[in-house]
Amino acid sequence: MSIADPIISMRGVTKVYGQGPTAFQALKGIDIDIAQGDFVAVMGPSGSGKSTTMNILGCLDVPSGGEFLFKGRHVETLDRDQRALLRRRYLGFVFQGFNLLSRTTALENVELPLLYRGEDKKTRYDMGMAALDKVGLKDWWDHTPAELSGGQQQRVAIARAIVTHPDVLLADEPTGNLDSERSVEIMELLTDLNRNSGITVLMVTHEPDMAAFARTIVHFKDGLVERVEQKVAA
Amino acid sequence: MLGTTITLAFRAINRHKLRSFLTTLGIIIGVAAVVTMVTLGNGATAAVREQISSLGANVLQLRPGQGFGRGGGGPRPPDFKERDLTAIENQLTGVRAVAPVVQSSGTAIYEGNNWSTTVYGTTSAYSEVQQWKVADGRLFLPDEEEAGKSVCIIGNTVRTNLFQGTEPVGKRMRIKGVSCQVVGVLATRGQGGFGDQDDVVVMPIKFVQRRFTGDRDISQIMVAVDDAYDTSTVQSSLEELMRERRKVKAGDQDNFNVFDTKQISDTLTGTTTILTQIVGAVAAISLLVGGIGIMNIMLVSVTERTREIGIRLAIGAVAREVLLQFLVEAIVLSCLGGLIGLFLALIATAAIAPLMQVPFLFDIKVNFIAFVFSAAIGVVFGYFPARRAAALNPIDALRHE
Ligand SMILES: Nc1ncnc2c1ncn2[C@@H]1O[C@H](COP(=O)(O)OP(=O)(O)OP(=O)(O)O)[C@@H](O)[C@H]1O
Ligand SMILES: [Mg+2]
Repeated sequence: MSIADPIISMRGVTKVYGQGPTAFQALKGIDIDIAQGDFVAVMGPSGSGKSTTMNILGCLDVPSGGEFLFKGRHVETLDRDQRALLRRRYLGFVFQGFNLLSRTTALENVELPLLYRGEDKKTRYDMGMAALDKVGLKDWWDHTPAELSGGQQQRVAIARAIVTHPDVLLADEPTGNLDSERSVEIMELLTDLNRNSGITVLMVTHEPDMAAFARTIVHFKDGLVERVEQKVAA
Repeated sequence: MLGTTITLAFRAINRHKLRSFLTTLGIIIGVAAVVTMVTLGNGATAAVREQISSLGANVLQLRPGQGFGRGGGGPRPPDFKERDLTAIENQLTGVRAVAPVVQSSGTAIYEGNNWSTTVYGTTSAYSEVQQWKVADGRLFLPDEEEAGKSVCIIGNTVRTNLFQGTEPVGKRMRIKGVSCQVVGVLATRGQGGFGDQDDVVVMPIKFVQRRFTGDRDISQIMVAVDDAYDTSTVQSSLEELMRERRKVKAGDQDNFNVFDTKQISDTLTGTTTILTQIVGAVAAISLLVGGIGIMNIMLVSVTERTREIGIRLAIGAVAREVLLQFLVEAIVLSCLGGLIGLFLALIATAAIAPLMQVPFLFDIKVNFIAFVFSAAIGVVFGYFPARRAAALNPIDALRHE
């Protein structure tokens, strides 16, 4: 697929885990272009390389070969710290396992990326509360993860991912640990962020019901993109 | 960036109170144990030193017979006479003071209290030889010595047991059935190498000879060597003088012996050195054990926190920032633990020292070294495992269970 002026562009990206005889090629040459403002669902069988691709897209990992352009920058040439700064500025990540800091209130969890950005206390509070408001948890700001349900924890994690107004939100099976009702809530939230905040959303899911919320569905198989499904705008 | 990091470090400490407490505890115990041990060790060493100096420096003890005791069979070697004393005073160079001693044991009585003690008959020179001071009252007057008057100076143990609360100077007490007037109290000297040195009654030698021993013999002569002279040289000339005076033929064994208190002091000094070394070794071991404790807790806590490190990295923290946070945490906890440890050591030593009857010597150097060492262990072992974790790929750190 080829899109004019993509925010994300992968060309022949490969990923090899391990070395020598135990080396395993998880990605065999991925080509993807993602347009600004798209809502992409990534599907495919287990082990097909979805998470591996997401980690590279999220600048958490580097490809073994090929090119990965993010906003026109060659990420494969950047070092750890430069990638950390890219994540800090442009990316938000939501994990299947929520990954909130324990014993830390929802607000403090959400404020964390702002702390690393060096925002002052007032800005952190305002932006943190706004993000919590967006995910519908304003009244729960002083609860720790242990005091929140799974769905609420995932919404806090989404608030943390969007608090910096990122360009791209990456979510690896964000509903994998939730029941279908909670899952739909999360999907509606992502849809809203995509439509109304202009955030490009990239999401891995196993469930066709969840993928149905996306505009583009990328199917993976054996470390390759098998097919890209483009839905007509709703 | 530093401000942010410090905020984060304090948040983490506050949020994980038990973990923070355990980390700190390792350092507290390490520092407290070492400082307490070394401080008490120093106190004990000082106590031994003080006892050594209480023996009186460079004193030669002249006694009849060979070595301690009176030798094997044969006739009992004669005691010394007053003219021996005069000869030593006049003919020997390098002598600071000479005091004759006769000794007798007996019971002292005052108003229904009685106390069994040792009576020393000597002269005022004894005070100079033994470097004993009179705390209350005075030494013997020349005419009291000359006439052998019934006056005495008592040691502190005698004062406590016999007079209890009352002021003894000027009182009359009975010693071995004879009345005598207390003119002074000796300054405390404590437990010396030869038992309680305060359990004595000192009287003019002429009185003791007349009333208790019944002859004019002197059983022991104490010779204080002038600091400017070599003790062994003075000892040789003393031995020569006495051989001549006691008509010991060349080749015959001496029928007297000269004992150098410096020998005892050398022996005790050696013991003290060993004591110091043992204390030092034990302290080093406990510091090491404390260090291993700190290391363990730090390692466990960093393993626990690898996922946290992964989260921080994933949301855009640079490895440097995560590390700095761990470093600040380690420094804060280590220093806090160190200070608490020092404080506990202070309380413990102040409480234990009197029980051990050793002086409490606050040693700033020991406190400083223990603090710096433990804090350094805390920081190093807090920092290096964190560095390993921060070097991980954020994804691997996140997967860490
Ligand atoms: N750190 C790693 N070391 C070695 N092999 C790995 C590593 N991570 C993933 N793999 C392998 O790479 C392949 C792709 O893994 P990936 O996690 O991308 O799959 P996935 O499509 O996300 O699967 P799932 O749907 O089960 O999450 C798998 O075969 C996996 O075993
Ligand atoms: Mg996966």
